[in-house]
Amino acid sequence: MNNNTSYSLKFILLGVLLLLCILINLSLGSVDIPFKSIVQTLTGNISDKENWHYIILQYRLPKAITAILVGSGLSISGLLMQTLFRNPLAGPFVLGISSGASLGVATLVLGVSAFSGSLVGFAFSNIGLALAASIGAFFVLSAVMLVAKRVKNTMSILIIGLMFGSFTAAIISVLAYFSSADQLQQYVFWTFGSLGNLGWNEIAILSILYIISVSLLFTIIKPLNSLLLGENYAISLGVNLRKTRNITLLVTGLLTGVITAFSGPIAFIGLAVPHLTKLLIKTSNHKIVVPAVAIIGAIVMLVSDTIAQLPNSEYTLPINAVTSLFGAPIIIWLLVRKRKII
Amino acid sequence: MKGTTSHIIKTTNLSIGYQSKKNTTYVAKDINLTLDKGVLVCILGKNGIGKSTLLRTLTNVQPKLSGEIILNGKPLETISNAELAKKMSLVLTERIPESNLTVYELIALGRQPYTNWIGALTKEDLNFIEVAIQQTNIKDIVYKKHYELSDGQLQKVMIARALVQNTEIITLDEPTAHLDLHNKIEIFQLLKKLSQDLHKTILISTHEIHLALQLADELWLMNDNDILTGKTEELIANESVAKLFSSDLVTFDLKSKQFIINSD
Repeated sequence: MNNNTSYSLKFILLGVLLLLCILINLSLGSVDIPFKSIVQTLTGNISDKENWHYIILQYRLPKAITAILVGSGLSISGLLMQTLFRNPLAGPFVLGISSGASLGVATLVLGVSAFSGSLVGFAFSNIGLALAASIGAFFVLSAVMLVAKRVKNTMSILIIGLMFGSFTAAIISVLAYFSSADQLQQYVFWTFGSLGNLGWNEIAILSILYIISVSLLFTIIKPLNSLLLGENYAISLGVNLRKTRNITLLVTGLLTGVITAFSGPIAFIGLAVPHLTKLLIKTSNHKIVVPAVAIIGAIVMLVSDTIAQLPNSEYTLPINAVTSLFGAPIIIWLLVRKRKII
Repeated sequence: MKGTTSHIIKTTNLSIGYQSKKNTTYVAKDINLTLDKGVLVCILGKNGIGKSTLLRTLTNVQPKLSGEIILNGKPLETISNAELAKKMSLVLTERIPESNLTVYELIALGRQPYTNWIGALTKEDLNFIEVAIQQTNIKDIVYKKHYELSDGQLQKVMIARALVQNTEIITLDEPTAHLDLHNKIEIFQLLKKLSQDLHKTILISTHEIHLALQLADELWLMNDNDILTGKTEELIANESVAKLFSSDLVTFDLKSKQFIINSD
């Protein structure tokens, strides 16, 4: 209705903010590159120094695009889970789905020594990692879904998610105990989370899977809206609940799995961003919330990455540490607040 | 007198209850009843007798145990969710989960069986919503969030949502529970008006005996052993209503159509 104009205004503002964050993200880093050269490079002109050109196109730009895909993907995942579980505390990390992806990767990286040599090459290929992480994510997500069917209580599902997290952590510890120092180091670095490890090829894979997931998501926007009334009302409105649930699982599993494989388990973005979005855009209509969540997720991830780089210093913080510093207080605030909005 | 065509719902030897892996719990067996077009029917009975179970089974929210439910000449189980959504709308007892939905958005969701893949509202949809808002008299609250409403307002909104779904049958499970007297009467009068003016078939499970006796066209009285159905006046006259809640505590007063507490 008359809200439409205020929504488009908000989207324009968010778009401008996103653009600004991309530019800031590109211009800050361990090497000080003038803003003018950044713009020159991006618009296709040769900048003053060739190594600046290289840094921007082969390092900073891929990293910024990864941040956008990771931030928006995880946030969409979180939103879908919050609607599906009708639970404001649902999210890929809290429900243990990221842990599931970690288990997949750990099994591949740490457990691969037990298999024959031909598998080793596959294990360390990015496709192998993405596949393992997705399978792990699906596995835990299905398990949580099964339990959530019996347990309706918000807090119980949260605790069950944490238990799944501990359970996978325990399996990973056992795997780690039996693996070599090299493998262990590789795994541990992966868990720190990083947006900077992706080349253009990996970004292409990530983008394709991202586009597939989001296209699938658009087919269930309508049933997701009716699920806001609860399952029985949704069914009475003609929703095919099983199909909707399966597509939601597929989309969240795929997004979380692939993103986690490439960038490591990144905490709290999927949980915190949907809430942040619903504070800014006060609607539950998925037609509006999904794009808003995607943009805000991208912005938050770009900002987190900019902070993680500690501009003008040689050091880089693990991205996971930054997102946790930002996300954990939001969860505490949510629990303290009385009314919980899905 | 009654042609079979006027039956919207007809059940044959219907058994309702709950089935788990190990055992089957029957709530009621051998239910044979019919629901006719355009009537207001109230289901009355004690707590736990199976009013809600019957309602849930007839609306396909819960599977039947055995027997047959025929809706418009077709077995209920052969009708898809999407098709059923255009024939029957529900007002349930369950609370809707918290969200940012406004009253208007909530009512608009009732148009989902008719909207396109993304749920865009056409002019016709907007018209249905406008009419339902007028019929339920909730113009003042349409831009409020649903969690800001009182129980009475929310119930009217849920009825508006059901109206927008444009179905022949509307079923309501205890629509006036938790409401004060004023709101109870208002809701019942609204439902009566909808069945009279729009020829909606309305099926209500309720504990509001005095309101039901005054407003319902027909009653379904659920006892431990069977379900008595018939016109309200007939069931009052042949003392079926009086027997339904018969105990040492109350007697039914035919004149005032009320149960009166016995005084020793």
